[in-house]
Amino acid sequence: MAEVIMPKMGDAMTEGKVLRWLKRPGDPVRKGEPIAEIETDKVNVELEAEWDGILSRVLVEPGSAVPVGAPIAVLTRPGEAPPAAEAPPPQGPVASPAATAAPPAAPVQAGTPAAPPATPPTGVVRASPLARRLAAEHGIPLETIRGSGPEGRITKDDVEAAIAARAARPAPAGAPAGPPAAVREVPLSRMRAAIARRMTESKQQVPHFYVTMAIAMDAALDLRRQLNARLPEAAKITVNDLVVRAAALALRRYPNLNASFAGETIRHPAAVNISIAVPVAEGLLSPVLHDVDRKPLWVIARESKALIERARAGHLRPDDLAGGTFTVSNLGPYGVEAFAAIVTPPQTAILAVGAATPTPVVRDGAVQVATVMRATLSADHRVTDGAEAAQFLGEIRRLLEAPVWLAAEVPEGELAG
Amino acid sequence: MPELTYRDAIRAALIEAMERDPTVLLLGEDIGLYQGTFRVTADLLARFGPRRVIDTPISEEGFVGAAIGMALLGLRPVVEVMTWNFSLLAFDQIVNNAAKVRYFSGGQVDVPLVIRGPNGAGVQLSAQHSQSVEVFYAHVPGLRVVAPATPADAWGLLRTALRGRDPVIFLENAALYGTKGPVPEGDGALPFGRAEVARPGRDVTIVAYSRMLLVALEAARQLADEGIDAEVINLRSLRPLDGETLVRSVAKTHRAVVVQEQWKPFGAAAEIAATIYEGAFDLLDAPVERVTGADVPMPYARELELLAIPHEADIVAAARRVLYRGGREAS
Repeated sequence: MAEVIMPKMGDAMTEGKVLRWLKRPGDPVRKGEPIAEIETDKVNVELEAEWDGILSRVLVEPGSAVPVGAPIAVLTRPGEAPPAAEAPPPQGPVASPAATAAPPAAPVQAGTPAAPPATPPTGVVRASPLARRLAAEHGIPLETIRGSGPEGRITKDDVEAAIAARAARPAPAGAPAGPPAAVREVPLSRMRAAIARRMTESKQQVPHFYVTMAIAMDAALDLRRQLNARLPEAAKITVNDLVVRAAALALRRYPNLNASFAGETIRHPAAVNISIAVPVAEGLLSPVLHDVDRKPLWVIARESKALIERARAGHLRPDDLAGGTFTVSNLGPYGVEAFAAIVTPPQTAILAVGAATPTPVVRDGAVQVATVMRATLSADHRVTDGAEAAQFLGEIRRLLEAPVWLAAEVPEGELAG
Repeated sequence: MPELTYRDAIRAALIEAMERDPTVLLLGEDIGLYQGTFRVTADLLARFGPRRVIDTPISEEGFVGAAIGMALLGLRPVVEVMTWNFSLLAFDQIVNNAAKVRYFSGGQVDVPLVIRGPNGAGVQLSAQHSQSVEVFYAHVPGLRVVAPATPADAWGLLRTALRGRDPVIFLENAALYGTKGPVPEGDGALPFGRAEVARPGRDVTIVAYSRMLLVALEAARQLADEGIDAEVINLRSLRPLDGETLVRSVAKTHRAVVVQEQWKPFGAAAEIAATIYEGAFDLLDAPVERVTGADVPMPYARELELLAIPHEADIVAAARRVLYRGGREAS
């Protein structure tokens, strides 16, 4: 028997909502089969069973949000007795971040589970019966209240303090505001709220600096043409794939750009995982291509196509949002010449890529036409400096302008200056 | 309202009944010539004669059985047990006959019997003579069990007992006989199963009966000095138990401390706490605390006896715990 826990999907995720159960208690499930649909900060994903078994119990009602790491169901392995009936009661709903106004979680480093607020790892909230009733009557999720009693028990006083604290806060947007206004107030979607929170955090906490280079893309585009001529549709290579591949190889040489700032230390992940910014109807998602530096171009192309498709269809899997170490954002398809992006903590840098456009350039004292793409790197000055960022961006330019390495298998440590 | 001692309130109720109702008679050890071990029956032999004030041999099973027979045949016997510990010798008569004859007879006969005497500890009578027997009897259907704490309680509950149709276990307390209090001049009968709010308060409910009521009231006075406003419930009657008053009080205070002199396991406080849980579960802000006697045979040595029975300080500490004040002791 094992608990199915609310997975951490994305580094800033602290809680998730079970939208609906796709299996019912007693249903057999196969490893990899979706058992529930989960709504995270930004996106809905299907939670897959990690092994074969029987879904013996669900611990969370649909529509309820629970902290990352909290148990949401119990899977019994084949041949095991079902668990005893002393089920903890289904968790009450946790309000959306906007309603609870929990302080924004500090950037959480990959690999460290987020600490759920005031909830022991069992997922059972200790509260006096009166506290439970008061909290329910006032619509305050117990999970958001810190208990002052023995072993963290939430008491009447704790709930009353939470009620008072909520009353002291300004009324939420959308409250009745007198005569019909010239402004229509639209409540933030979960995704919008998450983007707002994280981008504000980043701009406030991360000292950004920017370096821009013009990259001649003629050779890279020529390589792409040659490769695509022989590749099936599902593996056809995009300009973005070339940039991702170049960035991955460059990150291997400049690991600071793949690192993250952790207060007293710089944290260096072993993997190079590149997030790609994907516009979707509600906003923006950044699904992750994993171990990109170890994958040939055609694999990157195939995986990135599938990833973008899943993101647009709302079918991202938990892994798809976790562990990014660097981001590529490409507004080239929209005709943008150049732009500067905001770093996504805990990452150190993001590459903003414009359109590859025929441009007059001066070569050997003569004006020529070249297909130029302008790329701007935004970086966290706590981790890296201008010169290193410039060398890193220069490496990307070198790889794109002499693109043979993009197509080749590159053993680790073999690519010298 | 005249002031009477607890002893005289009981005596007055007996005299009033004997004068009013010729079927009322008394049986017990040393109640006549000796005038009662605790002087409750002082002067009654002279006043009512040996046919109504009967000195018995040391033979609890015999005279309790005789009293049950009298009750079946239309008399209203009042049996004094020298202490309730001696009732154990008549346990079979009380539990198997007094409590069950109406049931066995399909309601043809009643057993209007009162058995009274001192219950509990605190007067250095050692292990065999200091027991609190209330739960032995409160467990049994067919019996009524009352435990007056004040002279007015004693008067009012005994008057009700002497008018009813049921066998009544009337639990007095040796340490209370000399306590004084106002007793109503009129009827003043107190219905069974109705508790009294002895002291109204907002913050915590303290439930007690018999002598522990006085301890609880003193604890409430001490708590008031700390700004804690305790409500004290005087149960008066254990069977039937007034759950309604308990729940109404806890609905206001959200916390309860239950006091009993007996050993803790399976005691009256457990039943009272369970009644509160059943009626007020989601009104509670803390687990119900029990303040009880030590789980040992009652020691004879005064210092040890004092350690084995509950005191004001124990109740004050329990009240602080249910209010989450003064440290984080596990409950």
